[in-house]
Amino acid sequence: MECAVDAQSLISISLRKIHNSRTQRGGIKLHKNLLVSYVLRNARQLYMSEKYAEIYRMQQYEEVMTVCNEIQELNPLEEEVMEPASPCPSATQAVAAAEATVEELAKDPSVGTFYRSCCCAAASTNEPEEDLEEYPLNSCDFSPPACTRTTVLDLDTHVVTTVENGCLHQDCCPCQSAGSLAPAPPRKRKPDFGYDAPELPDFAPCKRARFEDFSAAVASSTVTAATESPEPSNISNLISIFGSGFTGLVSRQADTEQSLNGQFCSKQALASLGAWTRAIVAF
Amino acid sequence: MHLFEGDQGECLKADIISTVEFNHTGELLATGDKGGRVVIFQREQESKNQPHRRGEYNVYSTFQSHEPEFDYLKSLEIEEKINKIRWLPQQNAAYFLLSTNDKTVKLWKVSERGRRPEGYNLKDDDGRIRDPSTITMLRVPVLQPMDLMVEATPRRVFSNAHTYHINSISVNSDYETYMSADDLRINLWNLEITNRSFNIVDIKPANMEELTEVITAAEFHPNQCNTFVYSSSKGTIRLCDMRAAALCDKHSKFFEEPEDPSNRSFFSEIISSISDVKFSHSGRYMMTRDYLTVKVWDLNMESRPLETYQVHDYLRSKLCSLYENDCIFDKFECVWNGSDSVIMTGSYNNFFRMFDRNTKRDVTLEASRENSKPRAILKPRKVCVGGKRRKDEISVDSLDFSKKILHSAWHPTENIIAVAATNNLYIFQDKVN
Repeated sequence: MECAVDAQSLISISLRKIHNSRTQRGGIKLHKNLLVSYVLRNARQLYMSEKYAEIYRMQQYEEVMTVCNEIQELNPLEEEVMEPASPCPSATQAVAAAEATVEELAKDPSVGTFYRSCCCAAASTNEPEEDLEEYPLNSCDFSPPACTRTTVLDLDTHVVTTVENGCLHQDCCPCQSAGSLAPAPPRKRKPDFGYDAPELPDFAPCKRARFEDFSAAVASSTVTAATESPEPSNISNLISIFGSGFTGLVSRQADTEQSLNGQFCSKQALASLGAWTRAIVAF
Repeated sequence: MHLFEGDQGECLKADIISTVEFNHTGELLATGDKGGRVVIFQREQESKNQPHRRGEYNVYSTFQSHEPEFDYLKSLEIEEKINKIRWLPQQNAAYFLLSTNDKTVKLWKVSERGRRPEGYNLKDDDGRIRDPSTITMLRVPVLQPMDLMVEATPRRVFSNAHTYHINSISVNSDYETYMSADDLRINLWNLEITNRSFNIVDIKPANMEELTEVITAAEFHPNQCNTFVYSSSKGTIRLCDMRAAALCDKHSKFFEEPEDPSNRSFFSEIISSISDVKFSHSGRYMMTRDYLTVKVWDLNMESRPLETYQVHDYLRSKLCSLYENDCIFDKFECVWNGSDSVIMTGSYNNFFRMFDRNTKRDVTLEASRENSKPRAILKPRKVCVGGKRRKDEISVDSLDFSKKILHSAWHPTENIIAVAATNNLYIFQDKVN
């Protein structure tokens, strides 16, 4: 980037340009609006990555404190192989984090409408509707309500561990659920989770949905320039990573109705706790 | 960044020149403006009596080419601004040119009348019909000289063929056909036929949401009547051969320079959009203009341009401000000289740049009344990028971004250039030795 440009102001400038083009003499200029939509996309990608980095940093701090407390409570652990168990309601924890994420973004009025739909898409997989009903569901509704998945990131080995329907998949790709999701490419996450813009093509479909709502007010020849193909699975994975990896550890004990699953989750959480501990100590 | 109003605020928007074009001999120079008018200048015959007035250009004809229209179906106003003028080669005493606005192309005939017939039998000199009973003798009408009158008449109107805004027209070297290009389609016309045109390029996607690029300029090859190129907003150029297929969606050659990842910014897509493409007179090369550079391509090499010239690279750090004030969307044109050795393009602050391809030297000149008197030699200008500004230099922040040279033309054989600076036309010539 050539200068310290505020992504948020770029977004609002671009939207204003598109809005003004409606009333320009000579009709809407397709070329100019297409170029403006590219700027919009670029600014949005940067804004999203900055937001997530910020959220990660805040949550990391919280979790460091929580985990430190819990380490004192727990006995020394041995790492054991997970046996398949009934599905873990990881989605609950994932959603808890997702809600926090969504609320964060929703507080920002100018872009709230833009990003709200994106984050709640993942959260809407199986969620208490009362908190999310005001957010529009859109084409990102990709996971069926029965999806139960936990995704944990091991900072040491940089391996994303996905548990789905009781099976442990120790690999870098999330599993498919009901065939509606495409596998994400292996991601090597840096400890500081500094997302580059290219790593977030996932938001294109949400962006497109949101953009459509906006441009419904614009005449028909304005186009959305969502060039990347939809990868809704990556959005849920990102949320899950945040959720299970952090808040998931905290709230697993609060889940009383699924004691068996809670047990499973706790085992998994404990197993990975060692990894977290190591990572934290490294800092 | 300052958008100085100055005396620009006084000029009518309708007077802003939107296109400049010499005809094939250089005798005539046509300009079109935002008000839909065409003004044609003619070069004076050089006379021995006044050798210092070496072929100056004077107004020859003025006419209203396009009027504002209203599309009732879409509730859209159609601007009368002349986007492009292209001359047809001269075949008789009259001159023909094509002029276009956003939707309609018109063929104009510009002809002189210097004599008129007098002495009709059935009507008198005012045109009134004579009473036959008063005719007692027959006479032969004779042509008598009169004051020169130049009249322009629309001979053809090519309309209703473009859904999007026409950005280019180009006359084929067969002198029978021409093409018109809008954002998504290119149509081929016969100059004689107005109610039919052939679509030869269509890049409109089935779902408009998948649109990623538009056509920005198109031109026929100067010698090969089957070849044309079109440029896109993504910085690519496609060369098409009309012999290959009726619909030239599939290109014969694809010219693209890979993007430099270190220069990536929010505005990378905007500044890579090509605003003009021009074949060299030889037909061997073509030149493209994007926001910051001019590139010369060899038609035989698709992987990268032959030469790249920085027009105003000091603007690279100002792209955000230029985006805010819409200057980043300005579409600059570029021109070759007659021998294809020098290329010229415009910039801001009424500056224009010339690049000598052989010596690799470049010069920045200014088109302004204050800084140049008639017959005075233009002084090279320099933009100071940073650090200490020398006496004659101008700093980047002092540039007037409302004064831009988007359109210019170079005489086909001589070193005469026409430069349009907002509502003023400047004509510069080589110094007479």
